[in-house]
Amino acid sequence: MKIAITNGLLINPSENAPRSSSIYIAAGKIIAHDHAPENFTPDITLDAQGNWICPGLIDLSAHPGEPGFTHKTTIAHEAHAAVQRGITTLCYPPNTSPVIDSAEIVEAIHQRAQKNQLARIVTLGALTKELASTQLSPMAALKQAGCVGVSNAKQPITDTRILYNALEYAATFDLTVFLFATDAFLTQGGCVHEGTISMRLGLAGIPHCAETIAVARALALQKATGARLHLCRLSCAESVELVQQAQRNGQSVTADVAIHQLFLTELDVEGFNTACHVQPPLRTFGDQQGLIAGIESGVITAICSDHEPHESAAKLQPFPSSIPGISGTDTLLSLTLSLTHKLKLTPNQLISLVTAKPAQILGLPQGTLDINSPADICIVDPEMRWTLTKENMLSRGKNSPFIGWPLQGEVHATVVAGTLRFLSNNTQSV
Amino acid sequence: MTIADLSPESIINILNTAKKFITPDGKIQKTADLAGKTVTNVFFEPSTRTRTTFEIAAKKLSADILNFNAQISSTSKGESLLDTIRNLLAMYCDMFIIRHNDSGAAHFVAQHLPPEIPIINAGDGQHAHPTQALLDMFTIQQFKGDLSRLRVAIVGDILHSRVARSQIYALHSLGVPEIRVVAPKTLLPTEIKDMGVHIYHDLPTGLRDVDVIMLLRLQRERMQHALLPNENEYFQQYGLTQERLSLAKPDAIVMHPGPINRGVEISSSVADGAQSVILQQVSNGIAVRMAVLTLAMAGQL
Repeated sequence: MKIAITNGLLINPSENAPRSSSIYIAAGKIIAHDHAPENFTPDITLDAQGNWICPGLIDLSAHPGEPGFTHKTTIAHEAHAAVQRGITTLCYPPNTSPVIDSAEIVEAIHQRAQKNQLARIVTLGALTKELASTQLSPMAALKQAGCVGVSNAKQPITDTRILYNALEYAATFDLTVFLFATDAFLTQGGCVHEGTISMRLGLAGIPHCAETIAVARALALQKATGARLHLCRLSCAESVELVQQAQRNGQSVTADVAIHQLFLTELDVEGFNTACHVQPPLRTFGDQQGLIAGIESGVITAICSDHEPHESAAKLQPFPSSIPGISGTDTLLSLTLSLTHKLKLTPNQLISLVTAKPAQILGLPQGTLDINSPADICIVDPEMRWTLTKENMLSRGKNSPFIGWPLQGEVHATVVAGTLRFLSNNTQSV
Repeated sequence: MTIADLSPESIINILNTAKKFITPDGKIQKTADLAGKTVTNVFFEPSTRTRTTFEIAAKKLSADILNFNAQISSTSKGESLLDTIRNLLAMYCDMFIIRHNDSGAAHFVAQHLPPEIPIINAGDGQHAHPTQALLDMFTIQQFKGDLSRLRVAIVGDILHSRVARSQIYALHSLGVPEIRVVAPKTLLPTEIKDMGVHIYHDLPTGLRDVDVIMLLRLQRERMQHALLPNENEYFQQYGLTQERLSLAKPDAIVMHPGPINRGVEISSSVADGAQSVILQQVSNGIAVRMAVLTLAMAGQL
């Protein structure tokens, strides 16, 4: 299929500034900018009407709901929501049921996703069998089946020897380890940041050191094993400092942050708001500032939604009994666009945080608008104002603390692998 | 829900209303304030004093009282808190008194029920126990009169105590100028200074010249991790003995919300001694809870 997207503002992460241009797509790839190639007759022409032409977003963590949690949602439903929100690649964490710890499960997931032909999906295999942290998973087989990395999901690993071996084994097969670093003992039983709010509300807290100890341990193990380490969902300013030091020492470590950490703090838990019950917990304003500084300085290179859709009953409980998790697909793009108010970054650098950088971390070729790269694209009106409501949320999980928030950014069209997968009513196409 | 939600005027109103229920010879008269109303105790945690005094209070007001016992209910079959309450509401209960081990449980129930149904928080997790704090304030007033010059020390497991949190709010609200907390570091929340209290780790220093000593029980059931070596060391360091009591003012009163652990936070001789007002607290609980029930039913809380 040949597609022409004309009259847009190209936000290419590999360029320094937005520029007016058009994009030409054929056989699943971007083949030209600015002018149509000779003899190019598009099957579809999309007039971007001055709006942004961005690479499709790549979400480093979006729980699929399947296998095992179909009462929460399904792969098809979430992929459908994703493309409408400009997300063209979803990376699934391994904490499904059963866990993604065998080639058969990877294949089953890919087959399920193939049926719908919407967003691309990639999977992270489990670091240990059943995520039980006692036995290594068959990482070579998982890689062969298509996993782009391995992860402990959010399961703390107590046995340092196991983590050491897992990192070494992953390094053997050149797999990036996506580690959520938290100390099992200091995290256990906690549901909020240990601080003023936990004290006033009488909620069991998780101190800063629950994360910083685990981050320090992970960095030491990375040094000892040479594994390629990616730290998931940092929440503490001090963690950013630790990672910065390690990066300066030449260690192979990257880090991401969940976008909600950049907009919410522990104070948003006030009133026992279960929509703000999440792991890692929302921390202090000082931590938020540290995370933002970490993005500006390049210590943290990627932002993700950390999408964890839940059924309503999961949040209709007193706070300590509610299930942690935020449904993030609907707001990833809009909140990223809102970051212009918080981050001193160009539009290209901003979009890079959710496109080119996650692609680099996952080892994928998409996330850029360069010639010959995969044609995963979204047309975005970055200024369009809207308000998130339960009714207009596309994910089946309505557990978002941003319901009622005024947001910006609307997707007009989404192209995945050179095929138009979503077109809104506002787009002119020929 | 909490003391923090009540204005000082509301607190004083409750205490004054409570006074009216006590006859000149110190007894509680039966009234018909809640005749025809069904009050339901919904207790998911064990209780002696709170539940019993709420029951007595409701009966003194001529209400019908229903005791929901969570242990033998369908909660064990997986029924959610919300569904349990909704079912009770469907049985025409007019008011709920809730005790639950989750902080925020009363708040949660109140959010999901019609606003005209009064909900009384009888203790939610580690968060709040407002009626306990109210009867404690009533008791202090009874023995000390003017609160505006008092030194009050709260001793014990403040980290896990909903009573302590409510007491601190109430003492501030009523203008008590010096509130001390005395505990080892492991039993104090990290940000306790934000509650405007003076922190002591040494009991003798913390008790010097105080007017009111409020003891707390070691909350073993909420202690998930090793926060203390053993009860013996706790008693050695923080137990209120006659000797330690003598460091406070000579007319200092000793309070405890109960149940007391003799030989852990309090010695028997102090518990049974002249300065202890622990049993008066229990009696006062009835009048105070009668006040809370009537004011809540009238929509004034």
